[in-house]
Amino acid sequence: MQNAEENTMCEEMKEKITTFMNELFNKYKQEKDNLIPILEEVQEKFGYIPKEAQKQISEFLTIPMAEIYGVITFYSRFTLEPKGKYAISVCLGTACFVKGSRKIMDRLTERLKIQPGQTTEDGMFSIDETRCVGACGLAPVFAVNGEVHGKATVKMLDTVLDEILKEEKGVTNENN
Amino acid sequence: MKTIEEIHKIREEKRKELDLRKNTKADTREKHILVCHGTGCTSSKSPQILENFKRIIKEKNIENVKVIKTGCFGLCAKGPIVIIRPEDTFYANCTPEDCEEIIQSHIIEGKVVERLLAKDIDGSKVQKLDDLSFYKKQKRIALKNCGMINPEEIDEYIAFDGYKALEEVLTKWTPEDVIKTISDSGLRGRGGAGFPTGKKWELTRASEGNQKYVVCNADEGDPGAFMDRSILEGDPHSVLEAMTIAGYTIGANRGFIYVRAEYPIAVQRLKIAIKQAEDYGILGKNIFNTGFDFDIEIRLGAGAFVCGEETALLESIEGKRGQPRLKPPYPAQAGLWGKPTLINNVETYANIAQIILNGSEWYSAIGTENSKGTKVFALGGNVNNIGLVEVPMGTTLREIVYDIGGGIPNGRDFKAAQTGGPSGGCIPKEHLDTPIEYESLKSIGSMMGSGGLIVMDDTKCMVSLAKFYLEFTVSESCGKCTPCRIGTKRMLEILEKLCDGKGTKEDISKLEKLAINIQKSSICGLGQSAPNPVISTLKYFRDEFEEHAVDKVCRALECKAMAKIKIDQEKCKGCGLCQKNCPVSAIEGEGRDKRVINQEKCIKCGTCLTTCPFKAIGN
Amino acid sequence: MKEDLISLTIDNQKVQVKKGTTILQAAKQAGVDIPTLCYLKDINEVGECRMCIVEIEGRRGFATSCIQKAEEGMVVHTNTPEVLEARRVVLDLIISNHKIDCLKCIRSENCELQSLARKFNILDVEFPGEMVEHEIDDDSPSIVRDFNKCILCRRCVATCKNVQGIGALACVNRGFESCVSTVGNNSLNDVNCTFCGQCIQSCPTGALHEKETINEVWEKLKDKDTYVVVQTAPAVRVALGEEFGMKIGTNVTGKMVTALKRIGFDKVFDTNTGADFTIMEEANEFIERFKENDNIPMITSCSPGWVKYIEMNYPELLPHLSTCKSPHQMFGALIKSYFAKKEGIDPSKIYVVSVMPCIAKKFERQRPEMKVNSLSDVDNVITTRELARMIKQANIDFTKLEDTTFDNPMGEATGAGAIFGVTGGVMEAALRTAQDILTGKDLEKINFEQVRGAEGIKKATITIDGKEIKVVAASGLSNARTILEEIKSGKADYQFVEIMACPGGCIMGGGQPIKSAKIRSEVDVRKLRADALYDIDEKSHIRKSHENPILKTIYEEYLEKPGSYRAHKLLHTTYKEREKYKI
Repeated sequence: MQNAEENTMCEEMKEKITTFMNELFNKYKQEKDNLIPILEEVQEKFGYIPKEAQKQISEFLTIPMAEIYGVITFYSRFTLEPKGKYAISVCLGTACFVKGSRKIMDRLTERLKIQPGQTTEDGMFSIDETRCVGACGLAPVFAVNGEVHGKATVKMLDTVLDEILKEEKGVTNENN
Repeated sequence: MKTIEEIHKIREEKRKELDLRKNTKADTREKHILVCHGTGCTSSKSPQILENFKRIIKEKNIENVKVIKTGCFGLCAKGPIVIIRPEDTFYANCTPEDCEEIIQSHIIEGKVVERLLAKDIDGSKVQKLDDLSFYKKQKRIALKNCGMINPEEIDEYIAFDGYKALEEVLTKWTPEDVIKTISDSGLRGRGGAGFPTGKKWELTRASEGNQKYVVCNADEGDPGAFMDRSILEGDPHSVLEAMTIAGYTIGANRGFIYVRAEYPIAVQRLKIAIKQAEDYGILGKNIFNTGFDFDIEIRLGAGAFVCGEETALLESIEGKRGQPRLKPPYPAQAGLWGKPTLINNVETYANIAQIILNGSEWYSAIGTENSKGTKVFALGGNVNNIGLVEVPMGTTLREIVYDIGGGIPNGRDFKAAQTGGPSGGCIPKEHLDTPIEYESLKSIGSMMGSGGLIVMDDTKCMVSLAKFYLEFTVSESCGKCTPCRIGTKRMLEILEKLCDGKGTKEDISKLEKLAINIQKSSICGLGQSAPNPVISTLKYFRDEFEEHAVDKVCRALECKAMAKIKIDQEKCKGCGLCQKNCPVSAIEGEGRDKRVINQEKCIKCGTCLTTCPFKAIGN
Repeated sequence: MKEDLISLTIDNQKVQVKKGTTILQAAKQAGVDIPTLCYLKDINEVGECRMCIVEIEGRRGFATSCIQKAEEGMVVHTNTPEVLEARRVVLDLIISNHKIDCLKCIRSENCELQSLARKFNILDVEFPGEMVEHEIDDDSPSIVRDFNKCILCRRCVATCKNVQGIGALACVNRGFESCVSTVGNNSLNDVNCTFCGQCIQSCPTGALHEKETINEVWEKLKDKDTYVVVQTAPAVRVALGEEFGMKIGTNVTGKMVTALKRIGFDKVFDTNTGADFTIMEEANEFIERFKENDNIPMITSCSPGWVKYIEMNYPELLPHLSTCKSPHQMFGALIKSYFAKKEGIDPSKIYVVSVMPCIAKKFERQRPEMKVNSLSDVDNVITTRELARMIKQANIDFTKLEDTTFDNPMGEATGAGAIFGVTGGVMEAALRTAQDILTGKDLEKINFEQVRGAEGIKKATITIDGKEIKVVAASGLSNARTILEEIKSGKADYQFVEIMACPGGCIMGGGQPIKSAKIRSEVDVRKLRADALYDIDEKSHIRKSHENPILKTIYEEYLEKPGSYRAHKLLHTTYKEREKYKI
């Protein structure tokens, strides 16, 4: 399912995509075999293949969107969702599950307002479920960009999220 | 654009300079420092080593020393590798910090840096590359230029007779001459199935059609295989040259190289090579003023193993899901966009120019009766010398594993070797002396495959191994036909059951029934060969399967689920620490009681093992 | 001729077949019935399911009989123990990933997978395991997708993409996770689907089916305050009998009417009468537009799948569409106005049910344009299949029913109305009326053979009153695209275009009885049903719409004349550009 993402997609992003797609459409001929090279470039540029890009490719190459979607989901290099700057994964392996990792996941989806496999609108966070990461002794665990936080609690998750948010805000302030 | 004469001139002049790389006795003051830039060495900082050499040489104002980036030398386990020519000194496991010492000691003072010399199997330090036992039994044809030239310099390729075969063919040979020579050489497809290459060219030439294509299959995807990558990284022009010869032979003007996007270095070097060849007029219109046109495009594989199957690859080039087509028709009859198409893999192409230049007799003198020439293998797993080797056909597995590979590390025993990746099978100890060739490997239940060769020691569980390959197949099945899409999944589920200690004897027969029927009824090579890892492990290691199913024992101790974690009642002091840390509350007992593990609840995570202060818990 | 024949042996029997014949077809000739699943003649010949595998002597592995051509001297075995086992394993694997729901599945007893399971005597699944789970998509008014029952034969994909040129469905994901889906797994409601329902016709199982609405009909029949009127489309009467084991192409009009009366509808009307109105309006619209050269060619608008298609794909050509509503919508509007007034019934108490061969009509009836004075023209559309189910539920032994006739005062229809159900029929019916109007005569030449027949695109030049009129009838949306591209590029020189979304017209609509791949490969279903409609026309005592006495009465009493203000309000509609992807 590729929902949420573009319903709320800002015009700015849409424009960015259109500009880039127009560049590509100038470069490539309207031949169906250019589908994969075009998708490669879009993936490279945006880190995923936005729906808006799929739509425009569909018009350009006169290939139905379902077929393009079929191609995207066939090749593992193509993704439909961008990963966030902070990719958070929660282990839902047996040990972690028993120790309440579901609660951590629930809190995460509640705070970030996205589901596993999705990314927040600002591209800051993405959530994934993972299988056992082999840290059962530390159950439940979640990881932020691969860094494992063990014996996790909802409170601990909140602290980690707050710290990230604080830091990000600080950075933006400095930039301003 | 260069004329033939200009190319000849480049060859002559460059050759003089490069002679010192070939002739180790050359009396010259010049030195070439070759730094491996294959994927392995690159990821362990060889570009930095190259930069450091260049900087130091400049700083010290040293003359007559050139630093050259090359493709893979093969002995990846000892990378990053630096070789100094003409004396052929082989430095292993170099770091950017070692450059200073190499320059100071070796170049300036003329003293070999002993500590960086590679150790051979017997532990002795070896100075020269050719003295390493790793290289002694090898014969390099496809890899001839790998590690010898700078793959990003077309002149270096030309210097070592590059594009000479193309010139020869375009100016003097008929297509029939080419087909005869390739056929007579006995070259067979190196992608796995071993179809006679000359025959393939002949069939594609004979197919009617004013538009034909030449395709290079560089979608190498077997886990642990990197032969084609090394060739593309180390000698990309050899593939371009062969494809152009093929184009001339079958009557095609357009070629495609389908290469995995996961090989960025190979892609980059191919791009450079194509550009250079185009600039020289070796690709493009009216090549060598013979009126023959040929262009090559690169297409990136977007991450689907099945695209290594030739018809799936064609679908992918056409912009579709990489789902194999039913054969017949074969690509030679109806390939890309329905036109006759010649598809060969990288290694096959890498042999072509050599065969043209040296003659079919030279080539067919190497190898065995039905398998001619050499084969490149990516040697990996539990073996000392992990790397890329090229050996004459007919070399035995034992020679590769022990003489070239240096045997099994840590004093363990050889258990099996796996060839052919997820499509191949296991070769047990009793077949170590089987000569490696297409037919013999098949007869013992494995296959040549594209060249992955994984060695396993006695700590490996064969059921888990079969499971590993099935996991791979399941995740890479295209999903087109029923047996492969659902059948391999069911096989994997049964293997998972066995590894989890929940299997039965009946499961083994189910596994066999599925295997046989998937083999016979799948559409493509991937599906038809998907059960091979199971069939061959069942053939040679059936007792292990039965132990898993009946006795619930994994003799290699690899299947965790069957490990029973127990608390030694003698040693347990009843401290309760294990209980506190158990994530699933599987440990029972109160107060100072000796603790017991409830096996039903235990998930074998091993947490208790590490927490027990008295080492009372174990398998 | 002789050199075109080749001989081969199948299961020890010698057969001679034409060159180019597949082993599957050759086997049929030898009386050997090789099972298939993904095979759909001319549409999906891909060899994916592996049910049809056979052994050819001297060849490694099994051959795919639905694709592999027979060769001279070939020796084929279709039932060796090895082949039978392999097929059984394949079937078992398919079933292991299929939601076994037979007791409550809409396709039970007409399911190709179920029949194979019977044939192979599958009493238990030998290789059970994980199943891929799919959300059921029932958001659209027309089609339900329950891909837990999908066996990935991809017949629907090929039909949607290749026959109809739409591509709303495609194979997505890889390996075990592969499935047929839409872009982003969105509802068919939100993608480029036209609701033609040809995918349903192709589906061997219950993975794709109509959105059934017969329970609402039963509810209304229960309600004493509601006056429930039913009307039946021309194509229904020549197919309904198939659901009761009658021969394909049997005309069951009389039995159908009797059954509807027995079910308890207050009035049973004939949509053919509605079709006559459509002709009156459309022929007059055409004459006007032809004279004014106003958006010529004019294109017919009775096929709602087609209308949705042009709205999504060629909005710039919408002015070419006739503004006429489709027959059942016109008729619904008349029932709730003229009929209601005449009978003194409160129109808001009337519930109009249309029995249609079409599932796009389910979508059409709920378009906001299909309302007059905030009352829907039609309140429920059920398909031929759904009507058959109602008849069965009502314990009616259909084959033994006596014939009765449609109710008055709107029970008379012409042969012109009947042929609306077949490609070229609307054109032919319109020409019959147009030529009489233009010449002011009662012409006898009323059969227009040029627009009859199986071709997807039929072109003809008709001379009326010395004027040449170029016409074309196209069925199937791929053919529609061809015509539209011609119009768009200015290459078209037609004045009148008839388009039907389903290949062959309404008789082959998405709501008609589903024929198995086997029947479709052996019998020309389209021809048998079409012949039945032409037969009805031939036997009608009135064969021109404008001569229908009911029309005359209603125009005199109520509508004044074709294209009048009231006719426009009740019988015409508007169109709008529609987003292909609402995602």
